[in-house]
Amino acid sequence: MKISTAKKPVNAGRRRFMVGTAGLTFGVAVATPGLQHLMAGAAEAAAMNNVGSVSLNNWVTVLTDGTVAIMSPAAEMGQGSLTALPVIVADEMDADWSKVRIIAAPPNDKLYGNPAFRFLQYTAGSATITGYFNNLRQFGAQVRYVLLDNAAQRWGVPLAEVASEPGYAVHPRSGRRLSYGEIAAFAKVPAQAPEVTVEPVAKAQFRLIGKDLPRVDVAGKVNGSAQYSIDVQVPGMVYGAILREPMEGAAPELIDDREARAIDGVLQIVPLKFGVGVIAQNPWAAFKAKKALKVTWSRKATGWGFSNDKGYAQFAALAKDPNAKGVAWETEGDAAGAIAKAATVFEGEYRADYAYHAQMEPLNSVAAVTADGCEIWCGTQSQTVAVTAAAEALGIPEAKVKFNGMLLGGGFGRRGNRDVEFIIDSVLMSKAAGKPVKVIWTREDDVHNGRFRPLYVNRIRAGLDSQGKIVAWHHRVVSDRVLAFMDPVRYKESKGRDNIAMRGTELPTYDIAHRLAEGLQQDTGMRTAPLRAIGVGQNSFANEVFIDELAAKLGVDPVEFRIRQLAGTPRAQRAKHTIEEVARMAEWGRKRQGRGLGMAYLDYSGTQVAGIAEVSLAKNGSIRVHDFWCVIDAGIAVQPDNIIAQTQSSIVYGLGLALTERIDIVDGAVKQSNFFDYHVPRMRDIPNIHIKLIQTRNHPTGAGQMATPLVPSAIANALHQLTGVRLRQQPLLPERVLHAMAEAGVSIA
Amino acid sequence: MSNTISVTLTVNGKRQTITAASDTPLLWVLREELKLTGTKFGCGVGQCGACTVHLNGEPTQSCLHALKDVNGKTVTTIEGLSPDSSHPLQKAWLVEQVPQCGYCQSGQIMRAAGLLKQNPRPTREQIVEYMSPNICRCGTYVRIASAIERAARETGAQS
Repeated sequence: MKISTAKKPVNAGRRRFMVGTAGLTFGVAVATPGLQHLMAGAAEAAAMNNVGSVSLNNWVTVLTDGTVAIMSPAAEMGQGSLTALPVIVADEMDADWSKVRIIAAPPNDKLYGNPAFRFLQYTAGSATITGYFNNLRQFGAQVRYVLLDNAAQRWGVPLAEVASEPGYAVHPRSGRRLSYGEIAAFAKVPAQAPEVTVEPVAKAQFRLIGKDLPRVDVAGKVNGSAQYSIDVQVPGMVYGAILREPMEGAAPELIDDREARAIDGVLQIVPLKFGVGVIAQNPWAAFKAKKALKVTWSRKATGWGFSNDKGYAQFAALAKDPNAKGVAWETEGDAAGAIAKAATVFEGEYRADYAYHAQMEPLNSVAAVTADGCEIWCGTQSQTVAVTAAAEALGIPEAKVKFNGMLLGGGFGRRGNRDVEFIIDSVLMSKAAGKPVKVIWTREDDVHNGRFRPLYVNRIRAGLDSQGKIVAWHHRVVSDRVLAFMDPVRYKESKGRDNIAMRGTELPTYDIAHRLAEGLQQDTGMRTAPLRAIGVGQNSFANEVFIDELAAKLGVDPVEFRIRQLAGTPRAQRAKHTIEEVARMAEWGRKRQGRGLGMAYLDYSGTQVAGIAEVSLAKNGSIRVHDFWCVIDAGIAVQPDNIIAQTQSSIVYGLGLALTERIDIVDGAVKQSNFFDYHVPRMRDIPNIHIKLIQTRNHPTGAGQMATPLVPSAIANALHQLTGVRLRQQPLLPERVLHAMAEAGVSIA
Repeated sequence: MSNTISVTLTVNGKRQTITAASDTPLLWVLREELKLTGTKFGCGVGQCGACTVHLNGEPTQSCLHALKDVNGKTVTTIEGLSPDSSHPLQKAWLVEQVPQCGYCQSGQIMRAAGLLKQNPRPTREQIVEYMSPNICRCGTYVRIASAIERAARETGAQS
């Protein structure tokens, strides 16, 4: 990247109050060179704090050799924000990116919490870039201010005459320059952070934002050196495996461990409230012993006797019960009154099976519990939650828990639950063993102990006026509860509003005057969690298949019908552009022999995404997706190619949820076990994927999962165009396709 | 019950003698005994390919080979593919910015290396078929295929 222009002088303008406690503390620490190779990692972060002798800083350290160390508070699970957050700081401080070293921030909600997540240090919801963006620009601008101010004082010139080039303060009138490293050698850091205004995003000049900078975690991922918690080796470490209760609340009553104890290498059997643990000299012995355990479980748990069929029967009855009352999620106008007065009323019911995260790294962690405290190594979506949970499990102060954050071999929402049971496993086992323990879940454990996207029955009623415009919308969502199970702390403050189950029922860009979205979340005893795209994955499926049904009933082209429903707001204008662009890319109007096209659109937390699937159908009822077109507008693109990568990823993930992925519950327990009966997409299943990123001058919004919900609805809509048959349940399994076609009396061409 | 046995094998060019239960999968020997943790545990049943290594030069899933069956054999893991990430596939993987979470990528690269060894200029269809035993849950498939094509192209251009 060639940069010749100087960034203009500091704009020390109006006072800007920053949100949250993280805002005002910052500093430029002066340190001696010597850290040649800073890498992301908590250990390095700790080392940084021990180097040099000047003030501890929260975000940026400039070393005298010019190295700029920037804290990144995000967990890295492949989404790239470990790199992207420091890009924002570096851009605003005008750092030379080649000199930047990224340090994983230690657990500290107060300093590193996400403003969009109530200052919890929690990487989820595609909320990282959008949540930290303003504050990080501010911190970067403050650092630049201090560096330039020090240079101005050294030169005896007014600050207004000093500008910057990447890594340098420059004085254009005299041609003098000082590198940031040189300034660090004499810099005085003010006790109070300076007031600095940053340019609004609409007209800010960026040097790094919008460029594709290589992610710092990638190099180690092509040679085996990247470290996940499953790779951690601690001296004296032994191995643990846990046979967990088949459902929440079913405790072990009788344990027969004779066979398990006889296995070579088994050291200890540990009865637990929720299962039975094995400690062994190696993982293989631990796995074998776990398999050899014979346990009788108490029949007290809520989930006994539950099955998908029972859930569907119960949920469907509630969904259409006029006397049932849900918790309002979104209310606008008077939906019931407007439906009563509407010219026509349509109704539809949509379902989704349980779905499993299937992150590639089976859950695991390492803990070393001693009389002095506890050290943990784990891959988690929330560093601070991990520390709190470990401290609570042991009854020790949080300060006695040392946290080592590792790369995550996939997250997808599975590693952000408040009880982080996969971390507490190793804490409890290490306490029992008196040694460091690595607890590894087998894939079967990961499936059987899975915490799933819930079972859903969605029912939508819409009222239309005589012109075919939607005037009222009532969306009722019956599902397992998620928030109450995955995060009781947040649930307590939620007033019963389950944001994980309900998100995606809002329709911020469609112009519908009267809306009610309500949730009836049920405690079936099943384990649930956010799963990539959370409730949006199913609620948007219901919305967008229903919209497609309305268009078909009215005889209006589905693309045209969606555009007609859009409001006149700037946000809806972006929606329109996105929809029109994807239709253009897919040549929407062109009929294909033996193929169907289907479209879906979504406003996901402000990000505009639209997708079109082209499908064909085999005699056995299996749907083949040949092409998928997608347009995404997430505002300012901090790392454009990474947004493309995340969108490719979201589409592939959505493809599995759409076509093959399902969890069956039998007598309260999970039927599936491994990748031979839980089918995730493989390379041969992938369509041609065509993505266009639209970069607009809006505050950046999420990118990590936005396209996922488009895929099932676009495919279902394409199947309808091809066959005239509607599928209203995820996944769109061959037997469901065949059943729907038989019912409709349609045969496969 | 399993018997403890001693087995000698060559791993990344080094002779190693391992003493462990005879049914221990090669995967766990590599990871926990030899500390070669680049080879990953994903499913344990040969369904995902995260544990792919080369056994006597052929890509295979190390979770499926018991210690008793690998005596005298030669194993190459991701750590032994090149000393400095200089294998054409590793370079292509960086250029294409393939990995996301990265957990499956050692296995993907080892499988792709097996493909290029037997077929230096595979078609896209051949790549797709050959690579389908390996799962990437982040869905980096498009970039994996592009990286294999790039590596094939650039290797071909040099020879």
